[in-house]
Amino acid sequence: MSLTVTDKALVKDFFAKAASKAEDIGNEALSRTLVVYPQTKIYFSHWKDLSPGSEPVRKHGKVVMGGLLSAVGMIDDLTTGLLSLSELHAYMLRVDPGNFKILSHNILVVLAMLFPVDFNPETHVAVDKFLQLVSLALAEKYR
Amino acid sequence: MVEWTAEERSIISEIFSKLDYDDVGPKCLSRCLIVYPWTQRYFGGFGNLYNAEAILSNPMIAAHGITVLHGLDRALNNMDDIKNTYTQLSELHSEKLHVDPTNFTLLADCLTIVIAAKMGTNFTPDMQAAWQKFLSVVVSALGRQYH
Repeated sequence: MSLTVTDKALVKDFFAKAASKAEDIGNEALSRTLVVYPQTKIYFSHWKDLSPGSEPVRKHGKVVMGGLLSAVGMIDDLTTGLLSLSELHAYMLRVDPGNFKILSHNILVVLAMLFPVDFNPETHVAVDKFLQLVSLALAEKYR
Repeated sequence: MVEWTAEERSIISEIFSKLDYDDVGPKCLSRCLIVYPWTQRYFGGFGNLYNAEAILSNPMIAAHGITVLHGLDRALNNMDDIKNTYTQLSELHSEKLHVDPTNFTLLADCLTIVIAAKMGTNFTPDMQAAWQKFLSVVVSALGRQYH
């Protein structure tokens, strides 16, 4: 599966609108990941507070969304653009790539919540494909 | 047997009590057919599914979306034995409709997203957790009779 010209346009347009709420999106998506899929908490055992909306969650959600928004800018070559982030995830963080799917799902849920009109079915499929390709690019250096 | 806390039962009831089947049903099924186009394989006799617009305005899809959504009612009314509640529907999907059970999760995800869009920030993480647990139990029950 690769992104068509239409997909790329839809993704760029949508995230241009969503960028202003990046921090909220990141916070909500990460909060939901920790609550709905509690096994993901193992990656954050060093945090004092794992509750939804807590300071470490909010802060980290912002970091993750920042990465995602910069990936939008690299949409024409995600593998190259995300190389150093892939190295980080593969060699240092060693997050099981199954979790990329979990976070992607929660990002989609949050986008629907915050942008019920703009996140229409056509935008949904384009963003879903984009998140899958970002996940694939992030997994590039794993093995 | 699946254990439900009082809070989970309350959340599930609340979501269903506010559910507008005539709106959510069509939106859920059509979103599934658009986001996961291979699911269209099961709808050969449903007329024009050529593009998103066609799917969204297709009255047969809309009607079927409502039917499918009402299929969840039996789980709501039998939360302590969802497994056996879906025996016949599971056989139907396996023997007659030949639906790949992976698709149940795809549809469930679309339903979660449509409900999230309707509820906005009222769809809290705890509500999402209970709701997804409910749907995963239904999905599992629907897959039980496959062999």
